[in-house]
Amino acid sequence: MNEAKFTVKENVLTVERTFNAPIKLVWRAWTEAELLDQWWAPTPWKSETAKMDFSEGGSRLYAMVGPEGEKHWGLTEFTSIKPVTHFSGQDVFCDENGEPNREMPVAKFSNDFNENNNQTTVIMVTHYASADDLKTVIEMGMKEGLTMALNQLEDILLTQKV
Amino acid sequence: MGALKRDVFQGLADPTRREILTLIVHEPMSLNSIAEKFEISRPAVSQHIKILEECQLIDITQKGRQRFCEPKLDKLNEVAEWIAPFKEMWESRFNQLDNLLEELKTKSK
Repeated sequence: MNEAKFTVKENVLTVERTFNAPIKLVWRAWTEAELLDQWWAPTPWKSETAKMDFSEGGSRLYAMVGPEGEKHWGLTEFTSIKPVTHFSGQDVFCDENGEPNREMPVAKFSNDFNENNNQTTVIMVTHYASADDLKTVIEMGMKEGLTMALNQLEDILLTQKV
Repeated sequence: MGALKRDVFQGLADPTRREILTLIVHEPMSLNSIAEKFEISRPAVSQHIKILEECQLIDITQKGRQRFCEPKLDKLNEVAEWIAPFKEMWESRFNQLDNLLEELKTKSK
């Protein structure tokens, strides 16, 4: 398993990860709705793309569908696309019609793809308006059973005073 | 795929392993005394301890004829930080993406 690197600085979040596949395939997996839906939702959620227009000025409207059938809608707007090496844009929370929720943080993202020896490294840089915005989004992160385990651990750690 | 690299989340994914960590977090314990605390077989306990070591969640030191386990608290702290849910979400996505890419590679051959 390849390790993902996560770094947070103020309001900027960087994730870097290498995949054992050529750049063409990795690019397709990130930019074709049918493929995106197969990995975009963390287990046990499912991703369903309602509309996809992968072009500069276009957008993807998708739902994250929870185990109880609940839906969280998201809109990814694409501003710049350089096939197989780069695309950037912004992610917003919205309703099922793609109407953005103005009270929620907007994430400006930039994704870069690099191939080396049949492996592809993806670097995602995400900017939020403020560090608070970033915290809000992360705390909304979908939690699995693991998080509960981590909370238990956290309690242990708090008593440790490391 | 080389040797299976395990990450911290994998290490913590199992309730027995979390229980082992909880046991040794206050004081290092020998493998034997840990094994005594569990209903499961000793080899099964050893296997869990091996995984914890691979995830760098514990250190194992030989003292005479005993092997002692102690937690690596910095690693646990790293996990308990506020970014954890976000990491989990992306790790889960990336694992699925790894599988999808393997499928695509097979198809495009």
